[in-house]
Amino acid sequence: MKRDLVLRVVGKLLIPFMLLFALYVQFHGDFGPGGGFQAGVIGAAAVIFYALIYGLPAARSLVPERIVESMVAAGVLIYASVGVAGILLGGNYLDYFVLSPDPAHGQERGIFWVEVGVAVTVSGVMLKIFYMFAGRGRDLDA
Amino acid sequence: MMVAALAIVLQRNLFSVVVLSGLYSFLMATVLVALDAVDVAMTEASVGAGVSTVLLLGALYLCGGEETKPLRRPPLPFLAAMVIGGLIVYGTLGLPAFSDPSAPIHTHVVPEYLEGAMEETGVPNVVTAVLASYRGYDTLGETTVVFTAGAGVIALLRRRRKNGDKR
Repeated sequence: MKRDLVLRVVGKLLIPFMLLFALYVQFHGDFGPGGGFQAGVIGAAAVIFYALIYGLPAARSLVPERIVESMVAAGVLIYASVGVAGILLGGNYLDYFVLSPDPAHGQERGIFWVEVGVAVTVSGVMLKIFYMFAGRGRDLDA
Repeated sequence: MMVAALAIVLQRNLFSVVVLSGLYSFLMATVLVALDAVDVAMTEASVGAGVSTVLLLGALYLCGGEETKPLRRPPLPFLAAMVIGGLIVYGTLGLPAFSDPSAPIHTHVVPEYLEGAMEETGVPNVVTAVLASYRGYDTLGETTVVFTAGAGVIALLRRRRKNGDKR
């Protein structure tokens, strides 16, 4: 598919908007539909789309596998550390009220970071699985 | 949707099965939108129709696109499937009617969430509030499940590749 001009142009046009939409879903999840899980999948789908059009090596240089692998673990760590932050500030585990002087703001802050954690892990796992499958195909060809 | 499901069962060409199941997921997403479950619809459209279709196509590329014909059709699995399917349908008869306001799910903690979410969390989307705040432990567990699945895939596929190199 690398030589297909239409796909390359359309991909170039669409991928920035896909990534932007992922961010919108992530940060607008408080008000509209969406949240970390959906945003992570959409972000990963944008990179997978890029990989399908421009080839796996291009995508690997764009989002190196080392970063993807650390994303898989980093998301869970972010989520868990929000809980630990609650303990350190004198509350219970995953208690958001203590994260800010104003309880409602504390809730918002906690939810924000939790969603970030979910998004990071989900997009990392999706991308990693795709890289694994696609990479095996390439090895068999070679 | 019924047509798509039947076609998936009857089709032998796995490529069209994958495309049809993507179609099915999109139809399912529209059903979920009609049920006002926009968050779930979004997940269904992006995961069911998007990423999983790509992953299944990738798997097809590795192992060929035709389903092999079964040598014989054993009656026992068919019978078991029919019995269990019948039991599940029978079980749905005991559920409260759809959108029944006095159903247990609408009288327990849900009103509390719906009324309290705005003042307590300052987050207008109740789904997000329940997911990340009221049920924060559950979501942490889910994220861990996703992490474990990813780690499992990494472990499985990596070892295979190393074995291939040895040969």
